[in-house]
Amino acid sequence: MRRSGIFYLNLGFTLLVCAFLIVPVFLSIKAGVTENFFQGVKSGLTLRWVGEVWELYADTIYLSLLISITCLIADLLIGVPAAYVLAKKSGRTARIIEETLVLPIAIPGLAIALALIITYGGFRDFRTSWLFILVGHVLYTLPFMVRSVLAVLSSFDFKTLEEGAASLGASFWQRFFTVILPNCRSGILAGSLMVVTLSVGEFNLTWMLHTPLTKTLPVGLADSYASMRLEVASAYTLVFMVMILPLLIALQLYGQPREVGHGKPATPGSRASS
Amino acid sequence: MNQSTQSIDIRLIECAKTFSDGTRALEPLTLQIEAGETVVLLGPSGCGKTTTLRIIAGLESPDPGGQVLFGQDDVTNQPIERRNVGMVFQSYALFPNMSVEQNIAYGLTVRKMANDEKARRVAEMLDMMQITELAGRRIDQLSGGQRQRVALARAIAVRPRVLLLDEPLTALDALLRERLRVEIDQLLRELGITAVYVTHDQNEAMALGDRIVVMDKGMVAQTGTPQDIYYKPSNAFVADFIGTINRLRGTANKGMLQTAGGKLPWSGPDAGDIEVLFRPEDATIVALDAAELRGHVVASYFLGDRTKVLLDGIGEQTVVVETADRRQFAKGAEIGLIIKPDALMTLE
Amino acid sequence: MSLDRKEVPLLAVMLIPVFVVFATFFLLPMARLVLVAGSGENGMSEYLTVIRTPRHFESLIATVLLSAVTTLAALVISGISGVFLERNRFRGREALISMLTFPLAFPGVVIGFLVIMLAGRQGLAKEISTALTGTRLVFAYSMAGLFVGYLYFSIPRVILTLMAAAEKLDPALEEAARSLGASRWQVIRDVIVPALKPALIASGAICFATAMGAFGTAFTLATNIDVLPMTIYTEFTLNANIATAAALSIMLGIVTWIALYIARSLAGSTVAAAA
Repeated sequence: MRRSGIFYLNLGFTLLVCAFLIVPVFLSIKAGVTENFFQGVKSGLTLRWVGEVWELYADTIYLSLLISITCLIADLLIGVPAAYVLAKKSGRTARIIEETLVLPIAIPGLAIALALIITYGGFRDFRTSWLFILVGHVLYTLPFMVRSVLAVLSSFDFKTLEEGAASLGASFWQRFFTVILPNCRSGILAGSLMVVTLSVGEFNLTWMLHTPLTKTLPVGLADSYASMRLEVASAYTLVFMVMILPLLIALQLYGQPREVGHGKPATPGSRASS
Repeated sequence: MNQSTQSIDIRLIECAKTFSDGTRALEPLTLQIEAGETVVLLGPSGCGKTTTLRIIAGLESPDPGGQVLFGQDDVTNQPIERRNVGMVFQSYALFPNMSVEQNIAYGLTVRKMANDEKARRVAEMLDMMQITELAGRRIDQLSGGQRQRVALARAIAVRPRVLLLDEPLTALDALLRERLRVEIDQLLRELGITAVYVTHDQNEAMALGDRIVVMDKGMVAQTGTPQDIYYKPSNAFVADFIGTINRLRGTANKGMLQTAGGKLPWSGPDAGDIEVLFRPEDATIVALDAAELRGHVVASYFLGDRTKVLLDGIGEQTVVVETADRRQFAKGAEIGLIIKPDALMTLE
Repeated sequence: MSLDRKEVPLLAVMLIPVFVVFATFFLLPMARLVLVAGSGENGMSEYLTVIRTPRHFESLIATVLLSAVTTLAALVISGISGVFLERNRFRGREALISMLTFPLAFPGVVIGFLVIMLAGRQGLAKEISTALTGTRLVFAYSMAGLFVGYLYFSIPRVILTLMAAAEKLDPALEEAARSLGASRWQVIRDVIVPALKPALIASGAICFATAMGAFGTAFTLATNIDVLPMTIYTEFTLNANIATAAALSIMLGIVTWIALYIARSLAGSTVAAAA
């Protein structure tokens, strides 16, 4: 097909947008492996700064990993059953619960963090442990897990599948574990990737909730931007990007919950039609 | 076939259903289904047939006062998973996360059947439904007809006490529907299982049912054998819903019925002004001088094996007749008919 | 339905964990936040001083304006590129999409740092402008820098939603409009934009909400411009003025929530789903 002038105009524009997003990333990466930023690449390439970052900030990386994995487990345990119940019930109570669960998306992280500090800041052991940060992350990421599972549940007629399983003798919990959960895989996977990615990068809440002994990766980054030389800050940013790159790739591959392979869709309203 | 479970009878006693939003889906219904019998619930959508089936299945409970009995067993308060029923859904409800084999084995797995016995039973089912080569397939790799076979195999693998089928052929195209209908019929005869079959398709109902329960607006309109329903409809709804029917108005007097289109022999009582009904296939097109009724062609449709002719001047509404004659029917032409003497029906 | 009725207690059991977590760590703290805001010397009128204090009021207005302009710009840019990428298939398309969505997971601090790379004292803009014109172009630490940063984190989010919506656009609509003689511009105005409207509103609302609450970018750039989250942070940590900080956070939450609410009533119920 012959491309029109409009096509190239659009392509040019899109390339510019891409450049806007990607060029700073390359600048940062370059700075992170350059011997001396002010002299530029001609001063030589080095992994010295990355090594230094590892020495200074390795514990922030471990803590971020620990928190994001724990946060994921918590979201799975409390979010997946909640999503199932919300998909199943259509009443007003269910909708109110759903609204409440997604509220942390609408309320700025700073406000949530402040509320947590005001309420639980006095419990010193809790305040100074990483669990305090975890709580904030769970609140913030849970809506994404719930939404993701809800989306996949609405893509297939899970109620009829359940009826099928029940007709074959399966109890409530058997139905949940052998029919519902396996068919929600794609939504759970997409939600999980989202949760881990968001948790690893969370700053708004974490900055308020952290203590000098509980610093996560983004907190460490803010720290280095304020107090370290540019090369170290850049190298640290590089480490962060390398860490989230696999997550982002996975998100692009599996980020959209797929429709569940399913027989011919039931005609609308077939459940109580006659 | 060693279907060891004995077939049982089902009784619904005064089962009504009102949904939580207040809609009345089913008026109090009492229905006896004999052991080994195939009963078809037939009616338009919204007539209560699916609700009735779901009450039998245990997916809905009847309003208080209603009772469901499986043989001597009162199952009214048992959930579906303890009723030991086999159910085939309109959308098949096959589990997309399992293979064909795993789907068929599911009910057995839930019942904790030993692996070797389970494998034997699954193989038997695959063989019976002639889908052995599909055993390892994923559900989304199956055609509609194949899915239907898997759904049937899955439902009967557990040797249910009753088999419940909810519009199982509706999602299929016409040709396949016809073929599977025959297969389901054979299967039900072979198993001798008590079966309840819901459909809105009268042909399916006629072909499969030992008895048909025609339903309308949450009530039973008529119960009877296919022949009863077809030849002796007990009310206008059944007469109209099943097949095509022609209506004539006339005066019955001294063994003759005088209608707008001519005189017919009449064996019924002298009832004055009455309405009689007859099926299109009971009318024969004959030469005008031999005809009992005469009308004019409004339209004719060539259907391949037969021609459908619409006539006016006989009844208040257009009369439909069918003929295998290879002749053309010009619009407006006068046509003569005779009607089989025993084919005239009246509604009470 | 009997299946449902017997399940109700079991379903309730499945909601217990989420209920406990949310009640303990969200509902209760938010309620306390509301109370604390009213517990300072000014009592409940603390909420009013927020509006009466010019510094706070200006910061609220600045935040709303910045968020609104960012949203508008992000919608236009992402709309053009999103529809283009969805409509055309060419080599390298996948790579472009990957690049456009790559920054999705960057926290605000990192974006602040990238803005410094782009427009800071040693940034790319300075290098280029010095080489070309001899003037030193440095705008990272101004409103312009904040805007660039906000735009940076908004584009990936918005573009994903818009591409998903553009995918569902029926090309027949566009073809029908053109068969009726509509010009390219008329097609965009009368067919494409109306069809994308729900997605535009939904992603715009999320974009606005995120911008309102964004803290990391401003924090890293350490500008003199007080966006509301920075004001809250300053009140809380430096001035230890907890009541004011709480009242400001609630204001921020309410403004954000209202934006989402309006968007949702305009666009149907999918707003909070996109993010």
